[in-house]
Amino acid sequence: MRAKEGRAVETLLQAVASGVLIGLVYALISVGLSLIFGLMEIVNFAHGEFLMLAMFASFWFHLLWGLDPLVSLPLVAILLGLVGLVTNRLVIAQIIRAPMLAQIFATFGLGLFLRSLAQFLWTPDFRLIQNPWLSRLFGGRVEIVRGVFVGVPQVAAALLAAVAFAALYLFITRSKTGLALQAVAEDKETAALMGINSQRMFDLGWVLGSACVGIAGAALASFYYIYPEVGGTFALIAYVVVALGGFGSVPGALVAGLVVGLVEILSPVMLGIAPSLKYAVVFTVYLLVVLIRPQGLMGRF
Amino acid sequence: MKTTHLTGQTLIALALALALVIFPLIVSSPVTRNLMILVFLYAGLAQAWNIVGGFAGQVSLGNAIFFAVGGYTSTLLLQHVAVSPWLGALAGAALAMILALIVGWPVFRLGGHYFAIATIAIGEIALALMANWEAVGGARGLTISFVRDGNGRPADTWLWFQFNQNKLPYYFIALALMITLAGLTAWLDRNKPGFYFRAIKNDQDAARSLGVNVLRYKLLAFVLSAAFTALLGTFYAQYLLFIDPESMLALRLSVLIALVAILGGVGTVWGPILGSFVLIPLGELSRAHLGGSGRAVDLIIYGALIVLISVFQPAGLMGLGRRLRGR
Repeated sequence: MRAKEGRAVETLLQAVASGVLIGLVYALISVGLSLIFGLMEIVNFAHGEFLMLAMFASFWFHLLWGLDPLVSLPLVAILLGLVGLVTNRLVIAQIIRAPMLAQIFATFGLGLFLRSLAQFLWTPDFRLIQNPWLSRLFGGRVEIVRGVFVGVPQVAAALLAAVAFAALYLFITRSKTGLALQAVAEDKETAALMGINSQRMFDLGWVLGSACVGIAGAALASFYYIYPEVGGTFALIAYVVVALGGFGSVPGALVAGLVVGLVEILSPVMLGIAPSLKYAVVFTVYLLVVLIRPQGLMGRF
Repeated sequence: MKTTHLTGQTLIALALALALVIFPLIVSSPVTRNLMILVFLYAGLAQAWNIVGGFAGQVSLGNAIFFAVGGYTSTLLLQHVAVSPWLGALAGAALAMILALIVGWPVFRLGGHYFAIATIAIGEIALALMANWEAVGGARGLTISFVRDGNGRPADTWLWFQFNQNKLPYYFIALALMITLAGLTAWLDRNKPGFYFRAIKNDQDAARSLGVNVLRYKLLAFVLSAAFTALLGTFYAQYLLFIDPESMLALRLSVLIALVAILGGVGTVWGPILGSFVLIPLGELSRAHLGGSGRAVDLIIYGALIVLISVFQPAGLMGLGRRLRGR
């Protein structure tokens, strides 16, 4: 009897640990989306494809030059930052004053284009980075509490996400450039009067936001399957996280990321539903929250 | 001056309709017929989306839900209680309207991007539920069995909405649905509900201050869109005799529906039809000639096209036409 209860507690702890770990990664993926929205009121519907590109970049760095995903991570982050910059200059700058419909579909089209191009160039196959360094560290998994094991790559991904998130938060709230970024998000005209070049802040927002996705993708690449459609689910979750946390709110992305991670992992355990329904629960929670609080948990609206 | 312009358009419409009626009598290739049916189907779906997305400016990325409601309702009624798909289509449309009210009432309080994301979320919930609901076929879907004639061959029957020998009726039914929707849109274009939809799209607060009941008219647009999308869902089920959650509910479908309208020109009568006549054959041709769908060449072209249209010509092909004529 006691053993059974013990196992139930272990299962629950295991689920909570997994939920927090993936929740931190969700938070990092989403914060880029949120940052860009806060600045320009544009939702990047190609965000999931940015993540996919980051994962494939890690994959190719590993396959072609034998670089471990952990080693190539800074390169991937820089690469994605460039992708963000180019996207802003070539596509977003043209539609900043366009009707909302054009804004939505420009990035939607970009996502479709990138995803299909990846499928064309690299086939729809599922790929996995063979024996990344993290999967061998400590035998690949650690025991955090008695009987509760978590994978080392997952823990590393969550830690990387947490560090990147903290760095971004400190940059935005403490540095002069970060404050300028916030000023533009708050009020473009007034910021311009203070001598802040909003176009450069938009560039910076895209670089930072996309680099965050780059870090998240590189962290996921150590243990996640890599394929052209991989961004789809992550992107949907990121939209939900951003809307749940409040568009434009950086702390909101963290809270909502953790909420979504926990709901996703806990719902099959607690509700006894099929694991394939877990996202339906996540989206339902999101809908319920935004119907009560349209601005999200920590949004300004 | 204005009346001659209107008659001009009506004449073009009549001539085009006549040409489309005669067309299959001249060109009898099954491939072409199938392509035309798909063009009519997507024109209809885009036209229905256009009411809520184009006229009222509420970007729904979940319209596939209503398509699935139509297809599943008529198919389940047929399989379980032997109701003719014609009646099933009406039941599906009614159910879709009710669903649109239930979903729309809370979700329309969310504006702009929030609304689009909420409709994506609802679509994904529906997809997950249907794929896991074994009583309605789960992920495997539902197959509608052939109605057979005396010799045991798959038969043609208007009663049961199946045309297995001579597929021409499918062509005319799809054409009729497209024309009906175009007619409805043309009416909306010139009458009060359509004006109200546009007012909401342009500035919802201004519309409200002028006495437009914003929520009621958003719901009206959504309900109309849902009903016709559901009718097309039943048509699709009877045409393919097979439905599954992936083909009826995927986000891809919702996006493609909107895309057809956007390419042609949102908020116009001709836009969705024009968009479908360009986009659907383009997709089929690129799939046929540039490698199978596994290589996704058609989707690369779609993607690039959407970006280019959104960036350079947000008013779609209709806007392009107007601009060229203006010169």
